This record gives sequence, C-alpha cells and structure tokens, in this order.
Amino acid sequence: MFTRGLKRKCVGHEEDMEGALSGLKTVSSYSLQRQSLLDMSLVKLQLCHMLVEPNLCRSVLIANTVRQIQEEMTQDGTWRAVTPQVAGRAPLDRLVSTEILCRSAWEQEGARPAPGLGDGHVQGPVSDLCPVTLAQVPRHPQSGIWELDGPQENRGGFHKSLDQIFETLETKNPGCMEELFSDVDSPYYDLDTVLTGMVGGARPGPCEGLEGLAPATPGPSSSCKSDLGELDHVVEILVET
Amino acid sequence: MEEDIDTRKINNSFLRDHSYATEADIISTVEFNHTGELLATGDKGGRVVIFQREQESKNQIHRRGEYNVYSTFQSHEPEFDYLKSLEIEEKINKIRWLPQQNAAYFLLSTNDKTVKLWKVSERDKRPEGYNLKDEEGRLRDPATITTLRVPVLRPMDLMVEATPRRVFANAHTYHINSISVNSDYETYMSADDLRINLWNFEITNQSFNIVDIKPANMEELTEVITAAEFHPHHCNTFVYSSSKGTIRLCDMRASALCDRHTKFFEEPEDPSNRSFFSEIISSISDVKFSHSGRYIMTRDYLTVKVWDLNMENRPIETYQVHDYLRSKLCSLYENDCIFDKFECVWNGSDSVIMTGSYNNFFRMFDRNTKRDVTLEASRENSKPRAILKPRKVCVGGKRRKDEISVDSLDFSKKILHTAWHPSENIIAVAATNNLYIFQDKVN
Repeated sequence: MFTRGLKRKCVGHEEDMEGALSGLKTVSSYSLQRQSLLDMSLVKLQLCHMLVEPNLCRSVLIANTVRQIQEEMTQDGTWRAVTPQVAGRAPLDRLVSTEILCRSAWEQEGARPAPGLGDGHVQGPVSDLCPVTLAQVPRHPQSGIWELDGPQENRGGFHKSLDQIFETLETKNPGCMEELFSDVDSPYYDLDTVLTGMVGGARPGPCEGLEGLAPATPGPSSSCKSDLGELDHVVEILVET
Repeated sequence: MEEDIDTRKINNSFLRDHSYATEADIISTVEFNHTGELLATGDKGGRVVIFQREQESKNQIHRRGEYNVYSTFQSHEPEFDYLKSLEIEEKINKIRWLPQQNAAYFLLSTNDKTVKLWKVSERDKRPEGYNLKDEEGRLRDPATITTLRVPVLRPMDLMVEATPRRVFANAHTYHINSISVNSDYETYMSADDLRINLWNFEITNQSFNIVDIKPANMEELTEVITAAEFHPHHCNTFVYSSSKGTIRLCDMRASALCDRHTKFFEEPEDPSNRSFFSEIISSISDVKFSHSGRYIMTRDYLTVKVWDLNMENRPIETYQVHDYLRSKLCSLYENDCIFDKFECVWNGSDSVIMTGSYNNFFRMFDRNTKRDVTLEASRENSKPRAILKPRKVCVGGKRRKDEISVDSLDFSKKILHTAWHPSENIIAVAATNNLYIFQDKVN
C-alpha cells in the first residue's frame, strides 16, 4: 500500500533497482508505520478524554507508547515537524494499513535499534529503598509529553462534546490545544508539541520539557493542516463506533 | 475428597450441564464460594445472580448436582458524581465470598467506587397467630380480641433474601479493580488504579490506606495497580500487580503504609521480542495466589506465568495462551482488544490453571504433565451432556479440518471471567452474557 504512486519499473530493471530501493523502502516504511502508530495513539488519547469515565490504565499504557515512539524518533533524529506533503496525504492511508503495520518485517528490522527506554523508566528490580511512587525518578528531559496547567485534580469532567473538540481543532491555533485537556485529571499531552516538535521559545505554552529536542523547522501553519487531517481521523473513528 | 482428579480427564471430558442464558446483560465476574455449593455472577447491569448446587439425591448417586438459580438481586445502581460530572457505572467488577460462619451466606460485591457486603439468607418458616394482626397483616380491632395466643412458626415456601449489611463508600478516587478477603476474616482490601485500602467489615466510615502509588505530580504517572490479593493463609501478606508487568509482595507488619515492597517480582525483558507493544502486553490483568500459598499466577496479554514466592527474578513456569496473536498486535491495538483484561484461576489442587481467550475459547494447562487444551464455550458447538471437543487454532500453512485460522477468530467473543470449583472439577465460564458450567465426566 505504501508503494502506491510509485512508477512501475520495467521488467529488465527490476532486479537491479530492487536491491537499491529495498533498503530505502523498508526504512521509510518503518518510519511510516511508526508514524501511523503514533497518530493512532494520539487519536486514542483524544478519544479517552471524550469518554465519560476514561480508563486510567488504558490511558497510561497508550501514553507510555507515545512516549516510547517519541524517544525513539528523537534518537533517530527524525523528530521534526510534519512536512506539508505528509500533512496533505489522505488520512486513511495512515490509519488503515494495519496489515502492513503488523507485518513481521517491522519487528525483524535488523538495523533498528531496540527502542530506547530513556531514563524515564525504572530499570531492573527496584531496591528496597526505592519506593513505588515514581516521583523520585528524574524527569527525562525529553519526556515532555505530559503537561499540566497546574494541579487540576477533580476539576470538571471529561465530558467533551464532539462540537467542542472539532471547534478546537478547526479554529484555534494548535498551540491552544492544551486548553482542550486543561480540565482533565489524568495525564495528557501537548498535541502540538508532539506533532511539531516545537521547542519552547517564541511561543508561549508549557513546552519547557522539550529543550533537548532538535529545533523545529516549519512553523505552526503546517501543523494546522495536519490537525485538520486528524479531524478526519476522529470523525471516522467516532462514526465507526 | 474421594474425587478422582485424573488430570487426563481434564483435557477432554468436560460435559456441559446447562447454559444459563442471561441474555439481559454481560457477565462481569464469576466466583464460587468456599465450599463450591454456591456460584455467584455479577453483570454489567449491577445485578448479582447466585446459583446453588442441587443436593445429590439418593436415587441418582451418579447424577452430579446441577446448579440452579438461588437468588437474584440488584447490588449496585448507576450513580452520578455531581462534583465531577461523571456517571458511575453499576457494573459489578468483582464478587468475593466470605467463609460461612452461620446459616447465612455473605459476599462482597463492588463496582468502580463502592463495596457492599450482602447477606443472603433463607427463610422457610413464618410466624403465625399474632394477636394484634390477622393473617393478612391487617390490624385487628382490639375490642374484638378475647383470648391471647402465642404465635408459632409454621413452614412456608423457601424464600431467599439478600440484604445489604454494609456499604463501604467514598474511599476510592479511581476505579476499584480488586477486592480480597483477608484470612483473618475480619478485614478485606479494595484496590483501585493507584491505591489500596484496608477495611474492617464492621466499620464503614473508615479505611486504612496501605498502598499509594500516586505520584505527587500526576504528569509523571506511568504505572498503575491492576490487581491485588491477600495471601490465603498469612493475614499480613498481600500482593499487587502493575501495568508494567511487575508484582510486589508486601508485609503489613513492616509499616502502616506499604509503599516499600518486601519482594519485587519481575522478569527481565527479552530483547529479541521488543516492540512498541511490549509494555502493553506485559501489563498484568490478574494475579492469584495458589491455594497452597506457595505460588502466584499472573496473566498478561499473551501468557500465564506461575511464580514461586521464593524466587523474584523470573517465573518458574510460562504458558502461551494465544501466541499466534503476537503478529497481530497492531490490529489488536487499533481495535482496543490489546487492553482486554483476562482473568486466570487455579484448580483446587493447584495442578491445573485455566484462562480465557477469544472466539469463546478457554485454555487449561496441566502443570504436571505440561499438556494443555483449548476448549470452546458455545451453544452451537456442544450439545448438552456432550463432551467438549478440543479446539485448535491453525497459525499458517494448511488448515486441517476442524481447525480454525487466526483470521477467522471472533474477537468480540472473549472469555474474560472463569471460575473453578474449590475441590471438584467443575468450572464456570462466562462468555459475554452466557454462563456455562462444565463438569468432569462421571464414570
């Protein structure tokens, strides 16, 4: 499916080209698959916040997955803004190709290093002196996925009507995305941060955690487009369920 | 126990007695009581249905007692939390029986927020011959009473009443996933995603918090509690499992707040199997002590593991439940099946373990012979009193007759809840809104 649009090679050249192109193809398909997984996870987290009673365990597991992808992408140096052509691509391509995502080729990527766990995880058995709470774990500089406006516990509900979500996605600057989640109790993410990799700086907003990331390239306008692409995702999933 | 628990029989000789089709609602928990005489189910609608085993009649000694409905009651109602604008589901997450101490039966049932202690008792006599009331209960005109009599108890049709005796509320901010009765029979614990509380049965307005893993900063939350259970004999010991695939054993004698574990069970990760889904599939959905108290069993998405309490660095046994799903994890993540929480159970002698899967399949593993079997709970495929046929999932290549291919599995038919009679080979399997009870074949 990812080879859609590629010109068909003429028979004679196939064997020559394949060798050269296959390496590129597998690497790029892994990145695409990883990106798809990231997008899927973000949409799931969004939907979490729309439910009446979000399942904390599920949210935490999805969030950890997003964090892992982010960390790996950071290590690869691929953590950068979504380019316009990618943003313009039909959203269907990104989400639907589950067969490809599950292809063993992905997990058998010899070249792929094991996704780094970073410092954010407690490694190995915990000694007796280390309590269960994770408050003592040094906060990984790149784990800025979770941002909070401040102690927001027990504030408001998770009721977010469809209209509110869509309104936010369409009209507001993605930087205001955190308002969407400002009243949730469970951890959430800065959607804009994840999508564009923007570092704090000119733009206000809780982006302090991302200083270690590679500097962002294209500005917010492209991320706007990708967010509108996300809109289709959300609609599709909601309609299906 | 004269029962011949021949493990060979377990593999292929389970009969189906009845299918109790409670079409109304999805069953969310199943639990035998300590003698196996009663079987309780809780459902998504907040109802509890208790089945009782028939007394074996003298005329038909070989006909095993069957389970019939004994009592039905509404345990929990939907509630609304006005402070958070959230609905609280009435779904019964867990039922746990108390050991029987008198003629009445007691059980704990819980939804996401509130635990209730229910008393189930029989009434088969009623007083008759009141002086001030007539037989219909209407008050008599005192002027018409000329003699006094002593009311007597007369037999009546058996009536089973369920009354709520205690309500343990307002102690959990997060969703309760487990309750466990302590072996001292005076206390029990309730566990939610981040905290575990210890209760005394007699006291409803106080509970002790014994585990709290909530980080000071919620944005640093990366791990939650998924299940908890008391040791069957040592009233000071309990375990709890986490979403990161670890189990912690705590001793309440060590300190009031058991944030420091006594033992920490974790298997080192297999780097060759690492993927973005590794953490999700390592999340433990259920933890159960063996009856002996020597082992614990944990269920994660693809496996069941048995751990020796004396060895923390790895399990002593690992059983693959449905490893053919390993290559489908991405699809299962997309349709959320990867978050399904399967339970696991021991048989009475701790020699066989059982857990559910998809397509209404459930699996049994014999720890001694290392044999395993896959069975199906469905009306279409088994007639009453017929022996269950072992099923097989074909992974690739040619599919033999009677095998089912991975792509044909129905992921909406999941068996999350099962129970095993404490001493006999009788199992209860909940398949969505149907309850199946299977018994070992009688020779």
